[in-house]
Amino acid sequence: MSDAALPQNLMPARPPLSRRVTGSTGFALLMYAGLMGLFVYGAYSGAARMGYNWQWYNIPRYIYRFTDDGFQAGELMIGLGMTLVLSLGAFLLAVGAGLAMALLRLSDLVIGKWLSIALLEFLRNMPLLVLVYLFYYVLGPIFTWSRITAAVICLGVFHGALVSEIIRGGIKSVAQGQWEAARSIGMTKGQAYLYIILPQAVPLMLPPLTNEAIQLIKSSAIVSVIAVAELTTVGRNLVSDTYMSFEVWFTVALIYLAITLTMSFGVSALENRIGRHE
Amino acid sequence: MTDAPVISARKLDKFYGDFHALKGVSIDVERGERVVICGPSGSGKSTLIRCFNALEFHQGGKLFVAGNEVYEGAKNINLLRQHVGMVFQQFNLFPHLTVLENLTIGPQKVRGVSRAAAEATARKFLERVRIPDQADKYPRQLSGGQQQRVAIARSLCMETRIMLFDEPTSALDPEMISEVLEVMVELAQEGMTMVCVTHEMGFARKVADRMVFMDAGEIVEMADPETFFDHPRSERCRDFLDKILDH
Ligand SMILES: Nc1ncnc2c1ncn2[C@@H]1O[C@H](COP(=O)(O)OP(=O)(O)OP(=O)(O)O)[C@@H](O)[C@H]1O
Ligand SMILES: [Mg+2]
Repeated sequence: MSDAALPQNLMPARPPLSRRVTGSTGFALLMYAGLMGLFVYGAYSGAARMGYNWQWYNIPRYIYRFTDDGFQAGELMIGLGMTLVLSLGAFLLAVGAGLAMALLRLSDLVIGKWLSIALLEFLRNMPLLVLVYLFYYVLGPIFTWSRITAAVICLGVFHGALVSEIIRGGIKSVAQGQWEAARSIGMTKGQAYLYIILPQAVPLMLPPLTNEAIQLIKSSAIVSVIAVAELTTVGRNLVSDTYMSFEVWFTVALIYLAITLTMSFGVSALENRIGRHE
Repeated sequence: MTDAPVISARKLDKFYGDFHALKGVSIDVERGERVVICGPSGSGKSTLIRCFNALEFHQGGKLFVAGNEVYEGAKNINLLRQHVGMVFQQFNLFPHLTVLENLTIGPQKVRGVSRAAAEATARKFLERVRIPDQADKYPRQLSGGQQQRVAIARSLCMETRIMLFDEPTSALDPEMISEVLEVMVELAQEGMTMVCVTHEMGFARKVADRMVFMDAGEIVEMADPETFFDHPRSERCRDFLDKILDH
């Protein structure tokens, strides 16, 4: 059917001006800046009423400083480093555990399937905070884990459950006919996964996996309850040492935002690229 | 080798849950024979040939393919599948691989053939299905007819001895049907053992050694093409032929 045959009211209409303005990226950024401005203004005027003594000039040296020995990372930067190391370790573990859980779930093994579902439901329905305590105070002593090991394993396993659903979804979205074609040229199940299914599924998984990495960085803050010296813990310690709670928490929040927003933009770019290839 | 049938099905029963999809189907296919299966939708045609390739497993009866018994859990299933090629209605080419890679991945990864040898074989078969110049394209860049010919070549590259076709032209635009059928006719003339599910009766008359009509999970009629088309015995087969030969 040609366009001319379409009745007028079915033609895609130009969206109204209001929609075109509110839907634009510039408008979103403006909204965001406005909200942030309001928030900062509120905080500042509240602080002024409290007679808060701002000491922003004291913050940079907790990020980095130059001494006679040259450049030195400050507490916050060291904490950020720990956050990133923790997150990276946990993410790798999550992908490994997630892949194992997904393959188990998709396998023909009835026991494996049930085990995977049970583990998924357990992890998904448990508050992360309780899980952290469980791993550090119960499993930690049993397996003689350090704080950091317990933290990495806890975060890795928790996010592994969520990653397993992403991986399973990606694998499932490859057409059934691909399996049949792979099997019909004599491939084993493993070969079919390796050469046919995963190469098609992985590009689909990348955006949600990056999102999961962002979630992981955010939830890594929770291991401050077992005093792993990551960014949030460092922030808390700094506050109790210096009483600069406003400045420190603003800074910590900005550091988290900088990292997660960068990754978010990365995901959108990735999604656009994949979208174009379709 | 002896002259035992390459496919021998004895009273095959297949269930999907409670649904009885194949009801005691028996058929022998000789080496070099061309069998065409037709029948109404849902009659079990696909199910039957998918059993031949172990993509489905029967629950009752016995099935021998190329001298090996086929059953769920049999050790040599993957080996069997290498020798029994399948061409699907929806082509099922691997979209992330080029045409050439679609043809070489099986020989390289499954049979351990060297890359150079696999590519040489692949180009030979691309020549035979008349698309030698499309080797470096991706499947989505080809027409349906070209894709289906690549799919046939992909099976041939595995040195298949038996080719199964499940309605290979049903998803094609009319003008592309003949280019695929031509390749299939050539294959038949070269002596390939073929089992084709198709409603292309012109093709069937030309190449079939034997016609099979299935309905409701049973083989209702089985005869040489002349008898089959001109003197169908059963009412159901007559009705069916009337309907499809009409248009
Ligand atoms: N995986 C499955 N699960 C449940 N039922 C199935 C499955 N595959 C096929 N069936 C049923 O088995 C019957 C036979 O299916 P089959 O695909 O073999 O028919 P067919 O003769 O190939 O039909 P068509 O001409 O439509 O391809 C149908 O009623 C179908 O609904
Ligand atoms: Mg069918």
